[in-house]
Amino acid sequence: MADLPVCSGDPLLHLEDLQVYYGAIHALRGVSVTVYPGEVVTLIGANGAGKSTLLRAASGMVRAKGGRVVFLGEEVTRQNPAAIVSRGLVHCPEGRRIFANMSVRENLELGAYLRRDKLAVADDLEQALTLFPRLRERLQQNAGTLSGGEQQMLAIGRSLLTKPKLLMLDEPSLGLAPNLVREIFRIVETINRESGTAVLLVEQNAHQALGVAHRGYVLETGCITLEGPAAELRSNPEVKRAYLGE
Amino acid sequence: MQYFLQNVINGVQLGSIYALIALGYTMVYGVLRLINFAHGDVFMIGAYVGFYAASAMKLQEQPTLGGALLQLIPVLFLAMVACAVLGLIIERLAYKPLRKAPRLTALITAIGVSLFLENGGQLLFGADPKFFPSVTPQGPKGTIRIGELIISVDQLVLVIAAALLMAVLWYIVSRTRIGKAMRAVSHDADAAALMGINTDNVISFTFGLGAALAGAGGVLFASLTYAKILPLLGVTMGLKAFVAAVVGGIGSIPGAMLGGLLMGLAESFVKGAPAIGPFEPSRWTDAVAFVLLIVVLLVRPAGLIGNAAPEKV
Amino acid sequence: MLSLRRILTVSATLGILLFLSFFLEQRLQAVAFRVVMLSGIAVVMAVSLNLINGFTGQFSIGHAGFQAVGAYAAAALTVYGHNRIFGNLPRSGQLPDTLQGFLLGAPAMICALLAGGLFAAVVGYVVGLPSLRLKGDYLAIVTLGFGEIIRVAVENTEAVGGPRGFTGNIREGIYIPNLTSFFWVYLMVVVVVVVSRNLRFSVQGLQYLSVREDEIAAQAMGVNTTRVKVNAFVLGAFFAGVAGALYAHFEQSVSPTSFGFVRSFDFVTMVVLGGLGSITGSVLAAVVLTALPEILRSSLGAEFNQYRLVAYALLLILLMLVRPQGIFGRGELRLDRLFGRKGGGGPAGRDNVEDQPAATELR
Repeated sequence: MADLPVCSGDPLLHLEDLQVYYGAIHALRGVSVTVYPGEVVTLIGANGAGKSTLLRAASGMVRAKGGRVVFLGEEVTRQNPAAIVSRGLVHCPEGRRIFANMSVRENLELGAYLRRDKLAVADDLEQALTLFPRLRERLQQNAGTLSGGEQQMLAIGRSLLTKPKLLMLDEPSLGLAPNLVREIFRIVETINRESGTAVLLVEQNAHQALGVAHRGYVLETGCITLEGPAAELRSNPEVKRAYLGE
Repeated sequence: MQYFLQNVINGVQLGSIYALIALGYTMVYGVLRLINFAHGDVFMIGAYVGFYAASAMKLQEQPTLGGALLQLIPVLFLAMVACAVLGLIIERLAYKPLRKAPRLTALITAIGVSLFLENGGQLLFGADPKFFPSVTPQGPKGTIRIGELIISVDQLVLVIAAALLMAVLWYIVSRTRIGKAMRAVSHDADAAALMGINTDNVISFTFGLGAALAGAGGVLFASLTYAKILPLLGVTMGLKAFVAAVVGGIGSIPGAMLGGLLMGLAESFVKGAPAIGPFEPSRWTDAVAFVLLIVVLLVRPAGLIGNAAPEKV
Repeated sequence: MLSLRRILTVSATLGILLFLSFFLEQRLQAVAFRVVMLSGIAVVMAVSLNLINGFTGQFSIGHAGFQAVGAYAAAALTVYGHNRIFGNLPRSGQLPDTLQGFLLGAPAMICALLAGGLFAAVVGYVVGLPSLRLKGDYLAIVTLGFGEIIRVAVENTEAVGGPRGFTGNIREGIYIPNLTSFFWVYLMVVVVVVVSRNLRFSVQGLQYLSVREDEIAAQAMGVNTTRVKVNAFVLGAFFAGVAGALYAHFEQSVSPTSFGFVRSFDFVTMVVLGGLGSITGSVLAAVVLTALPEILRSSLGAEFNQYRLVAYALLLILLMLVRPQGIFGRGELRLDRLFGRKGGGGPAGRDNVEDQPAATELR
């Protein structure tokens, strides 16, 4: 784990009192979350607590009934996903969602869809391939033929090519073998350390997530019940019992 | 043998038209999961735009093929642009508000749009048939003989034009930025949006592109097969082209091309088949498309080239 | 159980229908009578399609094909059975032409209705089979394809007139008799509505609904989804065939073009507009969509007449944009709710089923 919170200066992302409904279901009941530049923040909680919904509301995939999404000091609450991506708030969705019938290269290029700076894109592509050497071997292959871990790497790599200021990762370790899980978390750390990209990490694997994060929030049935530095959360008896299985 | 080849030629000619229309169905289905029942009527509008443009430009029969093409190309272009605009308008007004509505609702709306175009067409163009002036050289100059085989210049031009249009489409879809976005939206619209792709714009573009192809199909069909232009022209043609798209595998672009061609060939062979006793196959031509459809779907529910599951879960 | 109450209800219904039949056929103007009859036939079509599309969530857009089968089968039966099976049929079975005509025609009409229904049911079984493999849009296209094949098949059957349509056996001078009286149409309306309603609130009906809501879950609960889907097709097709028989003996001529896929779309529109699964919705939408164009046709001048179909199309689009869940949504329209609740509305459990808010519409 890196140095302790850098909770100073202007926040990068500020979610304020978000309210989201799915039909009659009240999925987020006034949630506020803040991410500062350069930090890794994790959001832990059980299945159905509203973690993914929070990310979807931030990226404009679902419309919030109330509350605000402020990114880099500007409100983006009702903007469409494409406009939000173009500001650098990037959501890497749960379940990888790669374009299976396109090649690995095309998938990565789609990440850079909005960028016109060809040279910088080429650089970033090179960087992503350095980060994920296995993708380089499979560049021309159909993305659908990749293994689960490789697909997850492709999904993250694709998101990196959008040049995010804040990368929101939804369950990147889901369904992966333990050694791959460790690798994914190592990569999250690398991304944060090397480029200073802030990361908002949604995880069920609370143990690993609190290991890489600076700060964390605990989400229960649509409400934030706990927040604080990762180390503090890890030693919190409630968190220990409910999420760390100790 | 000659009989066989003649049927192949006729089939390819009809199949090219089916394929041009089927492409629009398949692309729109790909990005929206919507059966755009109004698409056949866009084909009809294309034929009318072509007809009126040709009348306004006073198109006449040309002694040479080059001269004919020189006249035909602007007409074709105009119809494509007009239909693309029409497609965009339809999408914006009728389908976009229903993006999140139940699928059946969108389908009924599509039927409504189709009825609107057909009945509006009756009002606007009248119910009596129009005929496209003949532009290409006729008589001995307009036919190519290879042995016993007769290919008209019209057939040749039609097939080549359709092939060129499809090649352009293939290039757009597989090589350009917007084409890549189309494929991404078609595969997973949400994931595409998270890449910064404005899915609404991509859907509109897809509609426009499909409509332009249908418009081109309409002009080619009216000008080179001398079909009657009627407000209900798009009904059967559209339905069969749609069936072609499903046979090929809806959502798949090569599938639509293959399905269209197959459909044209099948119809042409049944139409040309001699009577077997009291049974005259030619009278069953209209049913061929649907028999083919049912057989293909029962054997390969996703169509010939479709690899997706029949229903996206 | 054949309780006294049930016998009374049935005889009262028959009595009222007979009375109305006698009354309306004498009093109504030709145009109005036509609207009443065509509306009734459309109701039978819409409610029977609702069994397939609304209850079971299958997606059939070839319903007019079943109607065609019923119409042709029934018409062929009365025309070719004339003198051979039915003795001397009256030219008209409508009441104004004497009660005797009605009574003489009744056995033939019953046979025609059954023949139309059964033939269509057999075809419905065949069409239902692909639903074992195909879902959603694909099934829709197959039903549409079947409808078109039926049309082409009819066009190629000389015995029923081929592409020219069928009015009777011209060589022998026997025409399709005018057997369809108000009584038969609305008896069938009552039957199809009662059958639908009873199905809706039975355990079997719940199975239908479960297939609509989630086929896999239904299967996991032990619902034989295959049987349910095929049953829905057979039952829906049966009543469409009955409607065909009514239509044929009302118009006294049937033509392949009157049952094309455009006609099928009309019925789909009725069901969707009425709210998928809502019986009362289907009934009302069928009446409105049949009567409105007819009334517009007769009440507007010639120059407006040509805008009629354009207006109809626009109205359809607008309605879908404004109210995509159909006019009545999923629920049933209930008189006791319209006029305030007057107690005794049946077991409470039933009402809960209908009280679904619009937010739970199926996607």
